[in-house]
Amino acid sequence: MHDHLVLRRDQRPAISFRIGMGSLVVLAAALAGTLALLAVGVGSGDYPLSPIDVVAAIVGQGDERHQFVVWTLRLPRLLSAVLVGAAFAVSGAIFQSLTRNPLVAPDIIGINGGASVAAVAVIVLGGPSALIAPAAFVGGLVAAIAVYLLAWRGGVGRMRIVLIGIGVAALTTAGVDYLLTRGEIVEVQRATIWLVGSLYGSGWSDVGLMAGTLAVLLPATFLLARGLNMLQLGDDAAAGLGVQTERTRLALLLVGVGLAAVSVTVAGPIGFVAFIAPHLARRLARASGSGIIPAAAAIGALLLILADIVARRIIDPAEIPVGILTVLLGAPYFLWLLARTSRSGGGL
Amino acid sequence: MSAATATSQLRAPKALRPSLLVGGGARTLGLVACIAGLGIVMLLSLALGSAELDPASVIGAFTRFDGSNEHLIVLELRLPRTLVGIAVGASLALAGVLMQGVTRNPLADPGIFGVNAGASFAVVVGIVAFGIADVGTYVWFALAGALVASAVVYALGSVGRGRVTPVRLALAGAVLAALLGSATSAVIVLDSRTLDQFRFWVVGSIAGRDLGVLASVLPFLVIGALVAVGAGRQLNALSLGDDAAAALGQRVGIVRAVVSLAVVLLAGGSVAAAGPVAFVGLAVPHAARMLVGADYRWITGYAIFLGPTLLVAADILGRILVRPSELQVGIMTALIGAPVFVWLVRRSRMAEL
Repeated sequence: MHDHLVLRRDQRPAISFRIGMGSLVVLAAALAGTLALLAVGVGSGDYPLSPIDVVAAIVGQGDERHQFVVWTLRLPRLLSAVLVGAAFAVSGAIFQSLTRNPLVAPDIIGINGGASVAAVAVIVLGGPSALIAPAAFVGGLVAAIAVYLLAWRGGVGRMRIVLIGIGVAALTTAGVDYLLTRGEIVEVQRATIWLVGSLYGSGWSDVGLMAGTLAVLLPATFLLARGLNMLQLGDDAAAGLGVQTERTRLALLLVGVGLAAVSVTVAGPIGFVAFIAPHLARRLARASGSGIIPAAAAIGALLLILADIVARRIIDPAEIPVGILTVLLGAPYFLWLLARTSRSGGGL
Repeated sequence: MSAATATSQLRAPKALRPSLLVGGGARTLGLVACIAGLGIVMLLSLALGSAELDPASVIGAFTRFDGSNEHLIVLELRLPRTLVGIAVGASLALAGVLMQGVTRNPLADPGIFGVNAGASFAVVVGIVAFGIADVGTYVWFALAGALVASAVVYALGSVGRGRVTPVRLALAGAVLAALLGSATSAVIVLDSRTLDQFRFWVVGSIAGRDLGVLASVLPFLVIGALVAVGAGRQLNALSLGDDAAAALGQRVGIVRAVVSLAVVLLAGGSVAAAGPVAFVGLAVPHAARMLVGADYRWITGYAIFLGPTLLVAADILGRILVRPSELQVGIMTALIGAPVFVWLVRRSRMAEL
């Protein structure tokens, strides 16, 4: 008994976090790229600004129009892109690891589907625009909770939650399709743009929301990372190593759901970032496990900010929703990586 | 390993897998029930709709056709529609079985091969570039799009070092599907007239499909179905893993290529005829697996009847729920299929692929 107590007192809090050299390099490169794109993005647009003007505007000097463009229009949107990209990526990494399935994105637990039905319903049925974001948040959460509860049978099996997620996703897709065939075409088009995912009109409140969410949930992710690694060995092995499997899984699900639900609220269901960023991180860093999460987050941020900058510029003066560009930029690169690497599994 | 052991493994991989129907007798009875269910649903599909017909006039339309409205409705509208529904339902279910068998991934539905995304993109191109506005012409665009997209997926999955593995294929397919989906979105968010046509096709519907539509895709469906019915043993071997399958004498690469081609024919033909009907290809194989266990020969046998039953039943309900309007079959398959599927998932012990 006494020995046991001593052992426990000596035990450090379990936040040891193993991160490989490859992941560190990828993380650093992606962060550097993100910062560079931030700098580029602030200056470029329909109303180009020189670097000097940008710096002046940021410190509150110079032309008032410049300050407006930088502070009100561009910075919040670019920062939203960075934070949403990172949050989706971490969420995707968590879900892929939890289910040990490389095809999984947060869609699978119904978040994107639930959020989509709610948001499209508001748009197509003529609700106020202010209601779209809260409806999406609530819809996403309700769907995720439904999936979890339906999958619960004295525990949530890895396979069961995926399959239940498929069922719920089918229902939400049908709901969206139904609404899209019933609505007036103008509203249907607005709904389609929301469904693709767009950062149009992101403001500082969105940045604050995302930053607050990440400030809570990123540390939580790192706290849970060890448990995530062990759960990947299978429930029995994890339990043998002292992990409380169901509690750890629930905590990880909550973190992943929270990250995705808030991101969907800000940017719409850009599920592709969540799916692709962890894969890119794994393949670039040649690593697996939860150690790739920081690199995945940085890649998600990089991908989304790049997509947003291109989306604003590619067909002046119109704007393509960022969700489309995310795929058009991310997918070819991923396919090239897939063809180049001989590793087949993607090493979840 | 002795030959006898090898054969028994081919018959029942991981024989202790749980299923609801245990034993050959129960499974045969279940199969008979599935066939009977499909027959009932077929008859209902001829009788029910915005105009309700009594059984006598349904039968009369076949035995003593008199050109009356009722008889015309049965022969000209409901019969083609029902036949299309049966063909599409069976094809989607079989494609799903083959897909899950060949990738060993429970999330792999035929859509993963880029079939639906390719068809959708081709249809959007048809609307935008060629001003096409009728279902009969969509067929060819959809079919071409599906075939090209899946060929690209297979090429992408097999270039580079290393062999074609299920994971590579599934990843390449998922990513190409996302890519084509984005290209489709890019067109429809910018062009509301195209969106206005496309949104009704993309739901998935068998309304207004005539026998010409069925005839154009039937050769593809039949070839795919023949492969599916014959591939049970090979899929059983594959389900043990590539190495074990090779050790059991399967030529894994060839099996995978042939089965993949069949998937493309089945799913491509279906999406061309009815648009992307979700969920049948995903849920029916799982439902069949939960009923009969892991033996692909039984799964195929059940799926070929469960698929059309689900699809035609969904179509009937779509016709009568909101009379005189209609709910598209793609919506109804999800509304009916999803709860049943969730119930099955909850009550069965999980069979891993």
